[in-house]
Amino acid sequence: MLRIPCPVCGLRDETEFSYGADATVRLPDMNEADPKVWHDYVFIRDNPRGPHKEYWHHVSGCRQWIVVHRDTLTHEIFGSALAREVAA
Amino acid sequence: MTARRLETGGRIDRSRELTVKFDGKSLPAHPGDTLASALLAGGQQMVGRSFKYHRPRGVVAAGVEEPNALVHLRSGDRHEPNAQATMVEAFDGLTSTPQNVWPSLQFDVGAVNGLLSRFLGAGFYYKTFIGPFSGTKYWMFCERFIRRAAGMGRAPTLPDPDHYEKINAFCDVLIVGAGPAGISAALAAGRKGDNVFLVEQDRDLGGSLLSEPLGAPSDAWLAQARAELDGLPNVRVLTRTTAFGAYDCEVFGLLERVQDHVLAPEEGKPRQRYWVVRAKRAVLATGAIERPMVFAGNDVPGVMLTSAVRSYLNRYAVLAGERIVISTNNDSAYPAAIEFAKAGARVTICDLRAEAPTQFVDSAKKAGIDLRPGHAVLKVSGGKGVKAAHVVRIGPGGKIKGNATRIACDLVTGSGGWAPALHLWSQRFGKPQFNEELDAFLPPAEKGTFSCVGSLIGSPSLRDTLSQGHEAGGAVGKEPALFGHADHWGRNLVPLTVIAKVNGRTPGKAFVDFQHDVKLADIDQAHLEGYISVEHLKRYTTSGMAADQGKTSNLNALARMAELRGLPIPSVGTTTFRPPYTPVTIGAVVGHDHGLNFRPTRLTTIHGWHQDNGAVMIETGAWLRPWYYPAKREDINDAYIREAAHVREHVGIVDVSTLGKIAVQGPDAAEFLNRIYVNGFKTLPIGRLRYGIMLREDGFVFDDGATTRLGDHDYFMTTTTANAANVLARAEYLLQTAWRNLNVHVTSVSDQWCAIAIAGPKSRALLTALTGAELSNEALPNNHFANVTIAGVSCRLHRMSFSGELAYELYIPAKRGRQIWEALMAAGEPFNLKPYGLEAMGALRIEKGHITGSEIEGRTTLKDLGLEGFASSKKPFIGSVLRKRPVLEDPARPSLVGLEIVGDTSTRAGSLLYALSAPTKGHGEGWVSSVTYSPALKKNIAMALLSRGPERHGETIQVVDFVGGQSWLAKVVSHHFFDPEGKRQNG
Amino acid sequence: MSHYSALSILGHGLTGNRYWSRAWRDPAPKPSYDVVIVGAGGHGLATAYYLAKEHGIRNVAVLEKGWLGGGNTGRNTTIVRSNYMIPGNSAFYDRSMRMWDNLSQDLNYNVMLSRRGYYYVFHSPGQAEGLRRRANVMLGNGIKAEFFDRAQIMKRLPFLDYSPTARFPIFGAFLQPRAGTARHDAVAWGYARGADKQGVDIIQQCEVTNYIWDNQKIVGVETTRGPIRAKKVVLAVAGHTSHLAAKAGLRLPIETHVLQAFVTEPLKPLVDNVIVYGGAHFYISQSDKGGLVLGGDLDGFNSYAQRGGLPIVEHTLQSAKALIPSISRLRLLRQWAGVMDMTMDGSPIIGKMPVEGLWLTGGWNYGGFKATPASGYCLAWTIAKGEPHPDSAAFTLERFERGYQIDEFGAGPYPKAQ
Repeated sequence: MLRIPCPVCGLRDETEFSYGADATVRLPDMNEADPKVWHDYVFIRDNPRGPHKEYWHHVSGCRQWIVVHRDTLTHEIFGSALAREVAA
Repeated sequence: MTARRLETGGRIDRSRELTVKFDGKSLPAHPGDTLASALLAGGQQMVGRSFKYHRPRGVVAAGVEEPNALVHLRSGDRHEPNAQATMVEAFDGLTSTPQNVWPSLQFDVGAVNGLLSRFLGAGFYYKTFIGPFSGTKYWMFCERFIRRAAGMGRAPTLPDPDHYEKINAFCDVLIVGAGPAGISAALAAGRKGDNVFLVEQDRDLGGSLLSEPLGAPSDAWLAQARAELDGLPNVRVLTRTTAFGAYDCEVFGLLERVQDHVLAPEEGKPRQRYWVVRAKRAVLATGAIERPMVFAGNDVPGVMLTSAVRSYLNRYAVLAGERIVISTNNDSAYPAAIEFAKAGARVTICDLRAEAPTQFVDSAKKAGIDLRPGHAVLKVSGGKGVKAAHVVRIGPGGKIKGNATRIACDLVTGSGGWAPALHLWSQRFGKPQFNEELDAFLPPAEKGTFSCVGSLIGSPSLRDTLSQGHEAGGAVGKEPALFGHADHWGRNLVPLTVIAKVNGRTPGKAFVDFQHDVKLADIDQAHLEGYISVEHLKRYTTSGMAADQGKTSNLNALARMAELRGLPIPSVGTTTFRPPYTPVTIGAVVGHDHGLNFRPTRLTTIHGWHQDNGAVMIETGAWLRPWYYPAKREDINDAYIREAAHVREHVGIVDVSTLGKIAVQGPDAAEFLNRIYVNGFKTLPIGRLRYGIMLREDGFVFDDGATTRLGDHDYFMTTTTANAANVLARAEYLLQTAWRNLNVHVTSVSDQWCAIAIAGPKSRALLTALTGAELSNEALPNNHFANVTIAGVSCRLHRMSFSGELAYELYIPAKRGRQIWEALMAAGEPFNLKPYGLEAMGALRIEKGHITGSEIEGRTTLKDLGLEGFASSKKPFIGSVLRKRPVLEDPARPSLVGLEIVGDTSTRAGSLLYALSAPTKGHGEGWVSSVTYSPALKKNIAMALLSRGPERHGETIQVVDFVGGQSWLAKVVSHHFFDPEGKRQNG
Repeated sequence: MSHYSALSILGHGLTGNRYWSRAWRDPAPKPSYDVVIVGAGGHGLATAYYLAKEHGIRNVAVLEKGWLGGGNTGRNTTIVRSNYMIPGNSAFYDRSMRMWDNLSQDLNYNVMLSRRGYYYVFHSPGQAEGLRRRANVMLGNGIKAEFFDRAQIMKRLPFLDYSPTARFPIFGAFLQPRAGTARHDAVAWGYARGADKQGVDIIQQCEVTNYIWDNQKIVGVETTRGPIRAKKVVLAVAGHTSHLAAKAGLRLPIETHVLQAFVTEPLKPLVDNVIVYGGAHFYISQSDKGGLVLGGDLDGFNSYAQRGGLPIVEHTLQSAKALIPSISRLRLLRQWAGVMDMTMDGSPIIGKMPVEGLWLTGGWNYGGFKATPASGYCLAWTIAKGEPHPDSAAFTLERFERGYQIDEFGAGPYPKAQ
């Protein structure tokens, strides 16, 4: 079980969170009309074996979306930040 | 074997006798015994039959590594298969029976397999039963018999009467194993003030010290240490508790056997307790397990581990044999042998090494031990018990010389060195390092937040063990002074455990894995056939795959393969250990989350009324909702047809509190809604509400609902019941990641509002009478809301319709739900108000052609559902680009239609559609999503998705339910069956 | 090469099992091959086998960084079924089921295919409707399916929870009678032996570290055992698909997730079929050795770790007891995990990649085992003929751009929801 540091609530069990997606993927601008851009956003992932920035939602806590920096091979967690405070 | 209980000694309470039975026979037992020690004390040498060859088997070990002594424990609803006799504490009333025997332990028909063993070697099943015929029938015929012969214990068939509980815990340091290393660590960490968990699988602290003779210096140290630990409030000692798993982020799974040492748990106590411990760091002091020697007949009852025989002697005062032959490759057998001799046994030590260790020679000789350095046990003879050991001279490298000498004996023990119990470490970190001197895999002393101490890392002496523990604990206070001289490691070991003839074969079956009946010859055969990587070896021979997870077999199998390949052991590899360390009771992990508590049940605040008034409830996700309210002798069909017809004629109410409700607030709320709904929301005036549809980002329909504008910056959104959580999470995601420049808050208010729909031509009159408000079509047109007061409670009345009738949704502060429902029922009497359930609601919405989850099934687009008109062309919205992908624009896609079924039987949802003249084969041209009998139309109708559907109104098609073997003809019509102009809802 | 039969067992038994030949060779890599397949799991080995058997392409190497069959082939819960509904899936999985039928004879290796039936227990009218549509599609395509109501299922599976305290009452069950289980290791070993027999080199302990390029074309692989050139390179590496695709400059609609599996201590026969619980994501069967094999949800976040956590242990065991209350006193023997290449629609990708010289079979989510024969067969065809096999033609990489998501559950483009 992962123990995830929530910037608001502190270190909490994985079960309080729900996993979102790769946090390096950016929602296109709403006026973006190129289907390729939207396709890549919705479907395509780097899926790295190693360090990964990813969204988690503290659903059973403060309900903040956070960006967790975690290694997908070792599950080591390097840190986290509120999604709203991470540079776009 | 003539095992017997000694007159004195042992850590048992001789003042009390317990009734303990095995296979109907009473065994002498005292508190402090295990079932295994009672079996030995009772002279019960044979305790079971082996898995494959049904060979007689006896107790081998004294702890968790026991491969053979598995029994059926207790009876009735507390029956439990595969109980390890070595881990079952003796209790009054204990009953146990042998398993995998038929008709009896003594005479077992399955033993015939032993005669055929040469044909049942490694990979046997892979090579045969293929059958001469095509298909798999022949194998399946054989499989029935194989399945019956395989397996071990018999599963219980009754529900478990016992309770289990789960505890979440936190600590600074988790210490696993309370032998000298673990205790030393706990003392130091406890003195430091750390919050300490000391976990011990045994019922007592002490580990290997409990196998020291009674009165040894370790007893005093243990008592003193225990007293100090008890005085430290920050130290929690958990005995009878196994740390079974080490998981990410220093989370550990523990199983505490709270009441397994009694016949039935005391009132109010759980049988077992499952702990989830989050530790800041861990000290592993899990010790080591002795390796058996591999020789012909090494599975005959009466062949045991030397360390186990020592435990039985010193801890349980059971001398397991009178005439003992020991085969050892290291020093650790000597102190044990001396104790055996002192207890009255005649002992021969066959030492594989050329010289006996000098420091033990004198005392061994003094004890009358027959020392045979440069010798080994080649073979044990005996069937249901050891009769003799055949001993040979052995040269360097294990080559045997000359002929064997027969030594009549009743017990043969093996000391093949020690395998550290590195399971927890390996679960977390993977592959350990091999230490050639100790012929063992060892974890490092430190890795991450884990420290490993004691025999686990091959500590050379008790002195080192105590200091390692002290250091790992934090080195606070005085390091424990040395007591006794017990060595916990087999020193001066020669890495040799297999005793075979010069041709590499054993004169009889020599077992590597007892529980799975894997012979040395099976390893050899696997090698011959190229299954040489450790994982292939394990899987092909099944060595190490049994319930003991190879605790006594892994290293011996690996060593043999290394020898055959001419490689050092680490080049052949080791397997990664997986949790749990020892098997974990399923019920314990489940805790209280079973039966009705398996998952939470969500109830609306009106639930009590529904129950009181005879509603039949139905599960919808986590919710329980009224399905229908049967009048006398009505079935569901009678009831829903009556309820739906009643709504169209009079007025009905339905509990719709399960809808998702989200407060959308802030200056940019309108912009936000405009982006997530396909239709425009910027122009929605205060006081009005609008039906909206959301898409997923890939362009498929996600959810629908109505959003009401309460104020300038204040909107009230409803979602479907199923998607309430998803819509909110998605909204939060967008606002907190991509759209953080929008000033909007979204808050779930689902639980704050109870909702009741009031539908039917008399609904306005009823609500006017009840609220006194002006509710005329001019004052409150469709898609508007008004604030009303009912019984002193402020409520919001939304005029909107799901049924197609003149209808309202009343939003009430949740706690007042039942009160207002009852007020409605009371006020509704003159209007003939009746409640209706989910089934009638479904019938009404199908008549009207409204979609629900049956149509929004994750693969349908706006166009498929005939909703494209809602999509704004003036603005982008989530999903607006990808919904235009070419396949989704294909006009041949199944699209929503209505079906009028020919004849008077209803079709079934999930049926397939075929053109009238087409063969009914393949996927068809579409499928039926929802069906009902329409009381308004007096017809069976359905909603369906049909290829090019909207172009085919008027066509007659085939509707086929292959499952029920039925088919119908149906006319394709608009899915807006009833009042398509909306006169009723807008009137 | 020994032919396996009862007779050979007898003969070898009488000669002390001393003369068995190797099931496969341990060859050194040659400098070049016609086809190099990366990954000696079921899919890679099956592809090699059918390339040789069906198309005479025998100058083939299968490279494996560990030991053959050591990935998801040797870690899955061994279920074989074809209860699919979406057009692109039906014919493909039906082909696979038909191939399973004679696989033991074809390979001369008993893969222990046991068509013991696959029940899906449902708990609401809505769930029943969804399954009825699935069953109708199956029957329409000639794949057997049956429905049972509560009373019937009580007779067939009497040990499930029919009590008033069942949180999700059982309404009935759907059955695919010809579905069942097979012995996972035997599938890898049987294909390995079969491919080896036809001259395919299976090279273990050989990790691919990069590609060899000629302009924009892949012409081989760099490995820990040296460079190996190939006219065609095929990836069959399950959870590591993205990793190796990235080295070819490809980004895929795939996330790698962990799926756990569990087994109890061995027991005398208790569960004779595969049973799927509709109240939560859970399924159970009993191996021939007697262990109850349990499976549940993904751990739910990207992972290459091949080990799972406690939350899914709890979830799975709770579901087990909810379905079969008497399971409570049994013990969990082992938990393990595999890393799954989860796609955005839950369906696989088979065929030629946009990079010249590269083919892929991947994105098998957690359904790769049952697909092994058809996947190998169709991919071998595709490689040999240069065009997709009709039965696997839907599994393209481009389908997401076109809007043709093969989404059996309608769960949306979220790998963890598949």
